[in-house]
Amino acid sequence: MITLGTIHKRFGALGVLEDVSLAVRSGAVTALVGPNASGKTTLIKIILGLTRADVGTLHVDGRSADEAGAYRRAIGYMPQAAHFPPNLRVGDVLDLVAQLRPGETRDDDLAQAFEMDAIRDKFVGTLSGGTKQKVNAVVAFMFRPALLILDEPTAGLDPLAANVLKEKIRAVRREGRSVLVTSHILAELESLADDVAFLCDGRLRFTGSVADLLNRTRARSLEDAIAALMRTERATHRDAVGTEGAVAVPPWFVPQPKGVA
Amino acid sequence: MNVVALVLQAGLRDLSRNRWIVAYALCFLAIAEGLFWFGGTGPQVLLSLLNLVLLVVPLVSLVFGTVHVYASREFVELLLAQPVPRRQLFAGLYLGLALPLAGAFVLGAGIPFVAHARDGATVGGVAALLCAGVGLSLAFSAIATWIALYTDDRLKGVGLALGAWLATTVVYDGLVLGASAAFGDYPLERPLLALMLTNPVDVARVLVITQLDVSALMGYTGALFQHTFGTPVGTGIAAAALLAWCVIPLGLAGHRFLRRDF
Repeated sequence: MITLGTIHKRFGALGVLEDVSLAVRSGAVTALVGPNASGKTTLIKIILGLTRADVGTLHVDGRSADEAGAYRRAIGYMPQAAHFPPNLRVGDVLDLVAQLRPGETRDDDLAQAFEMDAIRDKFVGTLSGGTKQKVNAVVAFMFRPALLILDEPTAGLDPLAANVLKEKIRAVRREGRSVLVTSHILAELESLADDVAFLCDGRLRFTGSVADLLNRTRARSLEDAIAALMRTERATHRDAVGTEGAVAVPPWFVPQPKGVA
Repeated sequence: MNVVALVLQAGLRDLSRNRWIVAYALCFLAIAEGLFWFGGTGPQVLLSLLNLVLLVVPLVSLVFGTVHVYASREFVELLLAQPVPRRQLFAGLYLGLALPLAGAFVLGAGIPFVAHARDGATVGGVAALLCAGVGLSLAFSAIATWIALYTDDRLKGVGLALGAWLATTVVYDGLVLGASAAFGDYPLERPLLALMLTNPVDVARVLVITQLDVSALMGYTGALFQHTFGTPVGTGIAAAALLAWCVIPLGLAGHRFLRRDF
């Protein structure tokens, strides 16, 4: 459904993404995980066209991503935190996004579940952080795009709202659509994700199914498996810079290149 | 509605309810009304208000504009994630900032002149003042947008905005004054005319002053300004210079918006 090929991105002297190739399957939830500053947000921004890759290809639904951004009709996006203009009413925000995407099939399930009608006339600046996050989620799920990109979707939501949102993500998967989700709550991701992409220092160290990762790392949970990946990463890093204490690297792990500090 | 109109509509809705924009309009309203209240005639109020307009409109447009563009950054990213062309989005965002600023100025400064229409201010003079204020709002909003897109460091951005304000309202005139004092033995009137056109604040000042009967008080230079910019062609040249001060920074800001990574 969405394919990234050999993406490279630098910000000045700082290499952020290096040779990242990733395929997000249709009808699957792919968890994009990694430590802070590993390049997750940059990768998401490249998919959305907010940031341009130095090198690499992006295909959405088999079509190459165009400069004009028409391919973004296939994408719904929920950023990590909602920052809507404070003097707009909730209804203004929802109507604006709806009018920017004319002709697309509406999906009002989440708007109804989060009772948006009750707060349509409220100003965004008067809403609590959790309610803003609900509006944020409703904006992302307002249509039926082939791919949903969710950046820490349950951050700030109460348990009930988080549960509703996770159920909606599962429903999207059942409809055969794709979800790319990032979160630091790995237990939550384990209950949602089919596939995992582990990004560290701008390189993809592992891509595959959650079951495959658990099997390879002999871990009992996704959290343990990611921790094992990070330990391996740290070990290969020590090995790459010539420090003592390196451990055996499993053959499926994409290691740090030699000489990288 | 197209993307420009939709984003502009959202910007107008947001900023028309913004307390700083409302306070900005009320300030001009209170000051202009106060000048009439304390016995000023229309031309006197116009001239007093001109000095305020030339200082306050650039300052508010630059500082408010820069802060607003930074504050809108995450919302802009959300809009950029929709299937809309960057060019149209930029146009909507700029107009959504500049038009409320210009509108607040026109309402605040214009209403007292309508209420005191019999106090002697000419329609041409009031129109020149309002047009100059609108031109300055558009020009300095464009400069503010360019600054905020040029640097991601908010503190540096606001510092650059204040620097631009100081440069155009104080430093530039000081340099021109210094140059005219240093080269006082030479006929500098024509070079000064050219220098006026390279500063939007001076262009706005000349546009308004030539519509009033005060240029005669400014000696030979004032007479030359009146002779040059008081004609339809001269007014057109000054208006074109102010328009260039809107278009050039806007073009630079647009170029940056189209190419930058968010």
